[in-house]
Amino acid sequence: MARILRVNTRNKKVTNEELTGDYAGLGGRGLTSRVVRKEVSPTCHPLSSQNKLVVASGLLTGTNAANTGRLSVGGKSPLTGTIKESNAGGTFSQKLAKLDIMGIILEDKPEPNAHFQTLFINKDGAKFLEIPEIAGLGTYDASARLFEQFGSKVGIMVIGPAGENTRLASSIQFTDPKGNPSRAAGRGGLGALMGSKKIKAIVIDSEGAKAPEVADKEAFKAAAKRWAEILVNHPVTGQGLPSFGTSILINIINEAGTLPTKNFRDGRFDKAADISGEKMVEFINQRKGVAKEGCHAGCVIQCSQKYCDEKGEYLTSGFEYETVWAFGSNLLISNMDHIAMLDRLCDDLGLDTIETGTTVAMAMEAGIIPWGDGQAAIDLLKKIYDPKDYLGAIIGNGTSFTAEAFGVDRVPVVKKQSLPAYDPRAAKGVGVTYATTPMGADHTAGYAICQNILKVGGDIDPLGKEGNIEVSKNLQIATAAVDATGFCLFVAFAVLDTDDALDTIARLISARFGINFTADDIGKTGIEILKDEYSFNRDAGFTLAHDQLPDFFINEELPPHKVKWDFTAEEMQKAKVEI
Amino acid sequence: MKIQVSCFATLSKYNPPDGYLEVEDGATPAHILDKLSIPRDEVKIVFVNGQNSGKEVVLKENDRVGIFPAIGGG
Repeated sequence: MARILRVNTRNKKVTNEELTGDYAGLGGRGLTSRVVRKEVSPTCHPLSSQNKLVVASGLLTGTNAANTGRLSVGGKSPLTGTIKESNAGGTFSQKLAKLDIMGIILEDKPEPNAHFQTLFINKDGAKFLEIPEIAGLGTYDASARLFEQFGSKVGIMVIGPAGENTRLASSIQFTDPKGNPSRAAGRGGLGALMGSKKIKAIVIDSEGAKAPEVADKEAFKAAAKRWAEILVNHPVTGQGLPSFGTSILINIINEAGTLPTKNFRDGRFDKAADISGEKMVEFINQRKGVAKEGCHAGCVIQCSQKYCDEKGEYLTSGFEYETVWAFGSNLLISNMDHIAMLDRLCDDLGLDTIETGTTVAMAMEAGIIPWGDGQAAIDLLKKIYDPKDYLGAIIGNGTSFTAEAFGVDRVPVVKKQSLPAYDPRAAKGVGVTYATTPMGADHTAGYAICQNILKVGGDIDPLGKEGNIEVSKNLQIATAAVDATGFCLFVAFAVLDTDDALDTIARLISARFGINFTADDIGKTGIEILKDEYSFNRDAGFTLAHDQLPDFFINEELPPHKVKWDFTAEEMQKAKVEI
Repeated sequence: MKIQVSCFATLSKYNPPDGYLEVEDGATPAHILDKLSIPRDEVKIVFVNGQNSGKEVVLKENDRVGIFPAIGGG
């Protein structure tokens, strides 16, 4: 039976618990948010011993159903002070599932002068190891060292210097099937939470473990076959994403006039073509990179890539649209290699690329470095390696902190988390999500770009108000449910357009556990998760006043469509599940 | 009249040479798809001046038309 590994980081005790009571039947975001709701005081300091870092694989992770290898990481966010679930790819989750561990809870906190530890988990149990050589290292060197010690088949969850120094923009990085630590639980500063527990890395080795069996093998096999067909047959998951990666969005979001440019001053970037997915694939092909890669075994979408520098040497992977935007049009940088290096630095330092891109915009607003200067941005991020560098400390702490440090008043954040790559004024459905999700500004929490721009799962005017609250609410519920399963969120493109997709997911879950799970139960799962999250935030002190975008979106027209943000916080309450 | 036309991703091979197309008054995006011989089943989204105005809207001089296959990401 699936279990929880409870790890006390102060006394180094590890206990196994069954998933019963409040935790029975939960996985992924369902489990992380329930544990945080039940066990973490909403008003605690996020870096205190009261906070917990929770890692969970999804309900379907570890099976051979396509695209089920994602991982949820939760806690009270050091960045926002809200509850947080950050979702990542990589090989870690499937190894966790193979060991029949649904979740890991890191709790308590060592003494301030304690040394960083590595937690090693295999079929025989879990133990703390001190590996002084990896302290202070970037995630690339640290994971290379760990692969050397534990073999190339382990999965690694690791923080970089940013997380070790509890910087608020820090991520947790995961190794991909090729061993690169380029997959991130990026948002919400969870790397700082891991750093506060003095855990540098968790290494997971599932060799020799007997994976848990599916309850009804025949039914599962049939549903998994249909599921793969649904993904492969849809033009987005079957063709668009594999061919050009997520940066295929650059051109269409630019054309739609909602590509945030120069810290959300314009909806179009005159050099968008230079940073597009089409251009990226051109470089990849010229330099013998790889245009299609998956972040975990069993992925049929393959949106990732290997991006090489001009000499043909590996530079980065998991090089996403959001990152290209954050360091590209957002900063007026159009040199793809500079943007790729900024992505590499974020992965190595263990920083969220979205938060860090918008933070560099604050430095540009303040005149610390010039707009459009990619090399200056690279040099700025390198300062974060040095724990004693004050400018590095400021930049590593994210957008809101950096804006305060330099007196910048144009700060694109909700609940102190920065807005991602769609201007909410010209994509109002996702704007409602930014304002109302329990996560702080987050596009993945209710990706209405589907209906606003991409015409997947419906067609709702991105510039008007009609239908945008409803679509955001429905997507927020559906996304929470997807995040409980271990599915990659990109399956939603196919699910939204395929009549029997929800039934197929329900059949997979039913057959996996030998229960009767219906399509209706998927919606109920999402609602229960959101209730845990909203009630946590309420008890942490978040109110209606926090559910709004910054004033400049309300006061300034966005070119080219000349639109402002015009939803009130009161109106947007309808996008939230009632507690 | 002159219309600015851009075809993206898998449709980029249909781009007019200098990014512009000369069309008759009263032309629509549907006419442009035909003129460029773009198979309709490969086209998911057509923007006119950044808005999803449909394939039958009547174009004006210097309008900007964007033509896309099915696209997703995020």
